[in-house]
Amino acid sequence: MTRLPARLALAAAPGLVLCSCRGVQTMLDPAGDQARDIDVVWRAMLIVCGGMYLLVLGFLAWALWRARRPAPVGAPAIGHTPAERTLERSLSAWVALIVAGLVTLVTISFLVDRSLAEVGPQPLRVKVTAHQWWWQVDYDGSPQSQIVSTANELHLPLNRPAVVELQAHDVIHSFWAPNLAGKVDLIPGRTNYVAITPRRLGGFRGQCAEFCGLEHAKMAFDVTVESPEAFEAWRRSQLAEAQVPTNAQQVHGQQLFQTKACVMCHRIQGAEAGGSTGPDLTHLMSRRHIAAGALRNSRGDLAAWIADPQGVKPGTTMPRVPLTSDELNDVVAYLEMLK
Amino acid sequence: MTGVAEARALTALDVDGEQALARTWATPRGLWGFLTTVDAKEIGKRYVVTGLAFLALGGVLALVMRTQLARPESGLISPDRYNQIFSMHGTTMMFLFAVPIMEAMGLYLTPLMVGSRTMAFPRLNAFSYWIYLAGGVMLYVAYLLNIAPEAGWTAYVPLSGPEYSAGKRTDIWAQMVTFTEVAGLAAAVSMATTILKMRAPGMSLARLPLFMWSMLTTSFMVMLAMPAVMLATSFLISDRLIGTHFYNEAEGGSNLLYQHLFWFFGHPEVYIIFLPGLGMVSEITATFCRRSVFGYPVMVLSLLSTGFLAFGLWVHHMFATGLPHLGDSFYTAASMTIALPAGVQIFCWIATLWDGKPRFATPLLFVVGFVITFVAGGLSGVMLASVPLDLQVHDTYFVVAHFHYVLIGGAVFPLLGGIYYWFPKVTGRMPDEVAGKWSFWLIFLGFHLTFFPMHILGLRGMPRRVYTYGADMGWADLNLLSTLGAYLLASGLLVYLLNLVVAARRGWPAGPNPWNAGGLEWATSSPPPPHNFGATPVVEGREPLWLPGEFPVMHGLDVEHREVLLTTIADGKPDIREGSPGPSIWPLLSALAVSLLFIGSIFDEWFLVWAAIPVMLCLIGWFWPKSSHSKLVKAPDDKIPGALA
Repeated sequence: MTRLPARLALAAAPGLVLCSCRGVQTMLDPAGDQARDIDVVWRAMLIVCGGMYLLVLGFLAWALWRARRPAPVGAPAIGHTPAERTLERSLSAWVALIVAGLVTLVTISFLVDRSLAEVGPQPLRVKVTAHQWWWQVDYDGSPQSQIVSTANELHLPLNRPAVVELQAHDVIHSFWAPNLAGKVDLIPGRTNYVAITPRRLGGFRGQCAEFCGLEHAKMAFDVTVESPEAFEAWRRSQLAEAQVPTNAQQVHGQQLFQTKACVMCHRIQGAEAGGSTGPDLTHLMSRRHIAAGALRNSRGDLAAWIADPQGVKPGTTMPRVPLTSDELNDVVAYLEMLK
Repeated sequence: MTGVAEARALTALDVDGEQALARTWATPRGLWGFLTTVDAKEIGKRYVVTGLAFLALGGVLALVMRTQLARPESGLISPDRYNQIFSMHGTTMMFLFAVPIMEAMGLYLTPLMVGSRTMAFPRLNAFSYWIYLAGGVMLYVAYLLNIAPEAGWTAYVPLSGPEYSAGKRTDIWAQMVTFTEVAGLAAAVSMATTILKMRAPGMSLARLPLFMWSMLTTSFMVMLAMPAVMLATSFLISDRLIGTHFYNEAEGGSNLLYQHLFWFFGHPEVYIIFLPGLGMVSEITATFCRRSVFGYPVMVLSLLSTGFLAFGLWVHHMFATGLPHLGDSFYTAASMTIALPAGVQIFCWIATLWDGKPRFATPLLFVVGFVITFVAGGLSGVMLASVPLDLQVHDTYFVVAHFHYVLIGGAVFPLLGGIYYWFPKVTGRMPDEVAGKWSFWLIFLGFHLTFFPMHILGLRGMPRRVYTYGADMGWADLNLLSTLGAYLLASGLLVYLLNLVVAARRGWPAGPNPWNAGGLEWATSSPPPPHNFGATPVVEGREPLWLPGEFPVMHGLDVEHREVLLTTIADGKPDIREGSPGPSIWPLLSALAVSLLFIGSIFDEWFLVWAAIPVMLCLIGWFWPKSSHSKLVKAPDDKIPGALA
C-alpha cells in the first residue's frame, strides 16, 4: 500500500520543483507585467508540448509492448503491409495535430510579443550602461542636477511602467532580471530598450546573461521594487551630496581616497573625486552588495574587497591599491559613512 | 539466425578476378601505404577513430567543468581556465567531433551502400582527413601552450575582437574553424558526387537508402552553410591581424554582422550534425524490425525540407539583440515549422517499430533512447522559438539542456547505435551484447540525470557560461545531481568504447551479414575487400538483400586498373566507365602546405603570400597528368553484361 503514494510523490516531484519556486532570480515567480505575460507563454508551451510528448511516449510504449506478440517467422516485410492504410491515416491525423498545436503556440507567442513592446503612460526612464563587469545606472532627470547616478542597483516604484535604456561600454552584455522581464542585450554602438512594470514589492536580483569575459559569472545587480513614496525618498537621498567626514579617522580616510589611485576611477559627489570609469560611490552604503553582487556590503567584505580585489574577482579592472592596515581601516571608515 | 529466412548474398567473381581486383585496389603496406592511401574505408576508419578521440577529450573537459560546478563558490579552477575549457569543449564537440565523425561515417559507408568501388574524389578525401587532423592537433597544442580560445565556441565580437581578446587565442580558434571547414567542404563535395553519380546500376533515387538521403542533404547543407562561417572567422582574423574594421562599430562596421554570419552557418550546423543521425536511425530501425521503414517518401521529403528550412531560422539565436519585432515573428514561425518534418519522421519510426517485429539488440536500444530524448529536445526547441519565452530562457542552462538533448539525443545516440551496428562490417567481428546493453543503460540514464536538471536550473535563473555561482542562489543541489549524472554518462561511454576495443581483437567472427540486414553494404564480406564488391551489384529494390532469388550482378569493369562505373543521376542507369586515382602522397603534402599557410598567417600575414608557393607546387604535383588509365570510356549499355537496359 505504501508503494503507490510513494510513486505518486515521485511523479509529482518535477511538478513541485517547477511550481514551488519562489525566488529572487527566477522566471517561475513573475513579479512584473512582462514576466507574467511570458509566464503565460511558458504555461501554454508546457501544456501543448507536454501533451505532444506524452502522445509520442504513449505510441512508443504501445509499439514496445506490441513487440512481445508472437511473431510469425518469415521473410522481412518490404513495401506495403496490411497495416499500411491505418498507419497512413494516423500519420495524417498526427500532422494535423502538430499543425494545430503550432498555430496555437505561434499565435500566443505573437500576441505576447506585441504586449511586451507596449509601454504604459508616463514611464520612468532609466539608463543602464554595462561595463566589464558592473552596471552603471543613471536615472533621467532635468535639469542635470536631478540625474541620479548609482551602480549595480535599480530602484523601481511599484505599478509605474519603467523603460530601461540599455547601452554597453565595451563588449556585449545582457540585462536580465527574470522575475520582472525577459533579457535584452546591451551592444556597443547600439541602444536597446526593455519595458518593466513591477507589480510586487520586494527585492529581486538580475545577472548578466551574455558571456562577457573573465568575470561574466560575477556581474549581478539588485532590483528593489518599493512604494512610490519610498522610491521618491530614495531618489532624493541619492541626489544629496556625500556626507562630510566628521572624525579624524574618516578625514584621513578621505585624504587617502583622494590622493591614492581610488580617485582615478570613482566619483564621490561633494568630495574631490570625479573619476568615471568605476561605480559612483557617493551613496555606497545604501547598496546591498558591492563588486556587482560579488560580496555583501558589510564592513568586513568591503575591507576584503579593497585589500585584494583580484582575490575576490580575478581579472576585475579594480587594481590592488597598496595600503597599510591602518590606512585600509581609515579608508573603510570613510566609505562606511557614505550612506 | 535460426528459423529466420537468411538474406541473400552476393556471389563472388571467379578467384582470379577477385585476386586481380584486390591487387589493383590494394593500399601499399607499411608507413608509406598509411600516408598515401586513398581507400575511402581506410580514411573513414581513421576519421571515425580521430573523431572519437576528440569526443573523449571534449568529454574530459566537460567533466572538469561539471566538477567545478558541483558546488557553489568552488575554487577548483580559475575563471580564465574555466573560460578556456568551456570554449574548448564547445569547439571540440562541434567542429572536431560531431560534424567530422558524421562525415566520416558517410565516407566509409557511402561507397558500400551505393555499391561503388570507391568515392568520387579519393585523393580529396585523404586531403580532407589530413587537414582536419592538422586543425585539431593545432587547437590542442595551443591549449597546452595556454593559447587556447577563451571567447566561447561562438566567439562573439567585440569580446573576441582585437581590443578585448589580446594575444593569439582567438586567432587560433578562427583558423581552426577554417581548417575544419575546408575539411568538411572537401568531404561533402566528394560525398554528394558519389551519391549522385556512382550508385550501382538500378539504384534509382527512389531506391536510395535513407542514410544516403540524409548524407546527400547534409552534404549540400555543408556546401551552403560553411562558407558563411569561414567568412565570419576570416573577417574576424583580418580585423585582428591587419586592422580591417568589419566588426568595428566606430568605423562603420557592425557587431551584429558577425552574429548573422555565424548563425547563418550555426543553425544549419545543428541539422548538419543530426540529419546523418536520423539516417542511421532509419537503417537500424528497418534492420531490427525486419520491415522497411514506413513512409519512405515522406521520410525523404522530411529530410529535404529540414535541410531547406534550416537556412531560414538563424535569427532565433538573436532574439535578445533587439531586432525589429515583426521580423522576429517570422523566425518564430519558421523555427516552429521544423517541428513538422521532425514529428513526421518520429511517427514513421515508431510506426515501423509498431508494425514490425523488433528485436532489441543494442543499436535498436539506442534508437529508442534517441526517440525519447530527441523529442524532448525538439519540444524545448519549440519553446525557444517563441520570442517572448526565448527572452527568458536564452543563454541560460535551459538552452544548455535543450541543445544537449538535441545533439546528444539526436546525433550521438544514433551515432553510437550506428557505430555498433556497422562495427561488424568494418572489423569483421561482433561486439559483446551484454556490454553493449550495459553501456546503453549507463549512457541513457547518465544523460538524463546530467541534463534534465539543467532545464530547471535555467528556469530558476542560472545563466550559462558562468564559472561559479553563489551558495545563496539555490542552484547547488541540482548542479550536484547533474555532475553525478555526468560521471555516470562518462562511465557508460567508457564501457561502450572498451567493448569495441576488446571486440576488435577478440569478438566473434561476424560474417557478411550478421544482422540479416537488407542494405547493399551487407552484401560484401566483413571487412570488405579493398575493391568493395567483386561483381557490381544490380539493385532491384530499396532493400536489395531482402528480395528473393539470385542476386543479379554486372560484369565488365576493368580488374587490372582502378575503374569505377558512373550511372545517371535519377535512374541509376550505367553511363560511363571512369578511371579512379591510386595511392598518392600529394594529398598529405598539400595538407601540410595549407597548414603552413593557415598557421603561419596567425603570426605573420605575409605567410598568406609566400606560403602559397608550396601550396601551388603541391597542387601541380597533385594534378600532374597521369598517362595510364584515367580516360573516359563511353560504354553503351548493351556492352555491359547484366546491365539494366
